[in-house]
Amino acid sequence: MNVLEISKLKVGETRSSRLDETPPKLSQAEKDALVQQYHPDYIKEAYGTIRVGMNKGEQTVHRVVSLLEGESPLASESIRLEAKQQVDVLIIGGGGAGSMAALAAKASGASVLMTTKLRLGDSNTVMAEGGMQVAVSPEDSPVRHFLDSLRGGQMANDKILLKTLVEEGPSVVKWLIDNGVMFDREEDGNLSLRPGGGSSKARLVRCKDYTGLELMRVLKDCVLNEQIEVLEYMPVLELLTDEAGGCSGAILKNLDTNQHFVVQAKTVIIATGGIGRLHIQGFPTSNHYGATGDGLPLSYRAGAKLTLQDTFQYHPTGAVFPEAMAGILVTEAIRSVGAHLLNVNGDRFIGEMETRDAVASAIIRECAEGRGVETPSGRKGVWLDMPLVDTLNGAGTLEDRFPNMVKQFSRYEIDITKEPVLIYPTLHYQNGGVEVDVDGESGVNNLFVAGEASGGLHGRNRLMGNSLLDIMVYGKRAGEAAAKRATSTEYKSITLQHLDRFHEAQKEAGVIPDTVSPILFPDYVNKS
Amino acid sequence: MTATSTEGVAPKQITIEVMGKFYQVPEGLTMLQAMWHTGHELTRGVGCLGGICGACSATYRTKDSIKIKSTLACQTLIEDGMSFSLVHTYYPNRKIPYDFKEMEDPKQDLFRYYPEAALCRNCNTCTLACPKGIDVRAAVWKAVFGDFEECAEHFMPCVMCSLCVPVCIADIAPNQVGVFVRRAQGIFFENKSPQLKNRVDEIEKGVYDQEWERVLNLSDAQLLAD
Ligand SMILES: Cc1cc2nc3c(=O)[nH]c(=O)nc-3n(C[C@H](O)[C@H](O)[C@H](O)COP(=O)(O)OP(=O)(O)OC[C@H]3O[C@@H](n4cnc5c(N)ncnc54)[C@H](O)[C@@H]3O)c2cc1C
Ligand code: FES
Repeated sequence: MNVLEISKLKVGETRSSRLDETPPKLSQAEKDALVQQYHPDYIKEAYGTIRVGMNKGEQTVHRVVSLLEGESPLASESIRLEAKQQVDVLIIGGGGAGSMAALAAKASGASVLMTTKLRLGDSNTVMAEGGMQVAVSPEDSPVRHFLDSLRGGQMANDKILLKTLVEEGPSVVKWLIDNGVMFDREEDGNLSLRPGGGSSKARLVRCKDYTGLELMRVLKDCVLNEQIEVLEYMPVLELLTDEAGGCSGAILKNLDTNQHFVVQAKTVIIATGGIGRLHIQGFPTSNHYGATGDGLPLSYRAGAKLTLQDTFQYHPTGAVFPEAMAGILVTEAIRSVGAHLLNVNGDRFIGEMETRDAVASAIIRECAEGRGVETPSGRKGVWLDMPLVDTLNGAGTLEDRFPNMVKQFSRYEIDITKEPVLIYPTLHYQNGGVEVDVDGESGVNNLFVAGEASGGLHGRNRLMGNSLLDIMVYGKRAGEAAAKRATSTEYKSITLQHLDRFHEAQKEAGVIPDTVSPILFPDYVNKS
Repeated sequence: MTATSTEGVAPKQITIEVMGKFYQVPEGLTMLQAMWHTGHELTRGVGCLGGICGACSATYRTKDSIKIKSTLACQTLIEDGMSFSLVHTYYPNRKIPYDFKEMEDPKQDLFRYYPEAALCRNCNTCTLACPKGIDVRAAVWKAVFGDFEECAEHFMPCVMCSLCVPVCIADIAPNQVGVFVRRAQGIFFENKSPQLKNRVDEIEKGVYDQEWERVLNLSDAQLLAD
């Protein structure tokens, strides 16, 4: 028997003796020390200084620095800036934030065009499992939700954005229900609520472990029923600006024909989501194929400012075995119903419901200090004791509440109702992003940003379930604000003057771009 | 770092056929990973890479089998002698717009939008085609007989890959029926949540205004202690 098998047996052996054990809750000081020593956000060598643009002089990871300083894909081509289509509101990105924005903008009376890199709905949104935070129980309040999120975010959250999020949460959930989203319920009709990491009250609403799928399916159906025009496989390569520096449209690329498509718009909403597929610091990722952070260089070159661009969320529990599943998320909800984390000796080493930054750091510590388990392909991980969920909550709980997870592992002949799985932190979420106001507007006039591409709301660490709420609340707000602006203004000129300015700045700072950005897709193709 | 990282022990090489061409690849890869490994650039045919978006529908045949099966390529491990192709072109599906606000009896309206749903001839190819293991045929029958609750339950894991659509001899689009039924069930037949309604009302009435006033005036140190 190999080390992995022996260690797996230990997990089974210690299961019953661990039942009543609770690891002590970390004090703020202990947590800070743990995170600062092990969390990837604190690895100095991984960071560089941004040399041009609004965040000049600030830090982020090398990969993002090179995207922000990158060359526009249009630099080597001559483009005729003649609008093929005119629209009040152009929405970039077909995930949850984009769909919500499109619906809201349409409902506010604007003409809407949505363009997306893959198909409508192929996104991080569709992948969400755990659920959405909303303070609805009588023991809970929006203020509690606010305080928990602020603490989780290391007090770096934009308080006005956060207050708006928690206050508008319940009504946006009501809107979703009124449109047919089937959240799990209690017998009395109330929403079934579960605790999430870093939350003092149970406030996670969900649809088994298909929350994102359910939300996206409904939103997509709404977008199609509203007959909103959607361009698929048409990513944006560059924004367009007017003489005054405001945003006035975008240049798209038809991936089937390689032709450019120029759109003139009165307002533009970027809803391009996160960055997982950049594989920052070599981490595997839970994100969809299109999560290459395109919204960041696009808005940055147009003159927008980013905030908290140096902080990323590494979800504590990404699968590391089998290799084909590396990076795939194992939802935090599994821990919230009792699954333990164990090192190679079958010992617990962290309270499972500490915030994500702390739990991820503790797992990295165990592996760095030789208490991890090595997989056949050389990855390291620790155990997540899934069968314990059934022991604690009754047989059949996993099958009933996490059917997707059971199915996913069973494809590789792993029965999670009987055996633990190996996990390691996976690159999951971009905590920061483009700085926006409470209507989602960026520093560039008429350029709105919503969802994971924006930053500020979540501080330095997003709490589980706050992102789905974010995309709903701020997708809607951005859609409404952009529509309002658009229906009371005229079309402006479409130019690439911002690129000229950016090139000047690059020259001045002596920056020679080493990447063309946005990159659109990760490069997985074997060239040999 | 790539999705097909294979450092460590050298895995066994196997032979697969991708769209009519043969390749040697290490075992343990999914179909999509094998395509990258063999140099295929992919735009269409990839989405979430997590088995939940339905972008990567594929058909395949295993060694010595005469059966052509369908699956999700991001979720299927290749095996020696397997032959496969993505169905990644595009399904020219028809989508009929509807508005639930105009409906009074969605169980009848189902037949207005999807009259063919009642014509199922029980061939069961939809169920066989479903990569998520949904009993599609049973679910469609439930819809037809007005058991929306049960139908909705069946379609919960539907990723809208559309593999059930072209195989239907009665021209039903079962996945579209599924979305219609689930939304109708949610809008018309689920219980209301009294707690949610209360909270929305409370916020509207400004019940928390005072507490906000207090909290927003606290310093960070006070907030941490609160
Ligand atoms: C596996 C997983 C599980 C999660 N679970 C939860 C959870 O339980 N609770 C929670 O709150 N959050 C969860 N999250 C986070 C949450 O799902 C996302 O942060 C959120 O859905 C992001 O929504 P979005 O609309 O901003 O971006 P996305 O949903 O990712 O949509 C972005 C869209 O933009 C498109 N796009 C990208 N670049 C371009 C371009 N250049 N041009 C045009 N289009 C482009 C993309 O293809 C995509 O369609 C999870 C995330 C993942 C990956
Ligand atoms: S890529 Fe989404 S289901 Fe396979």
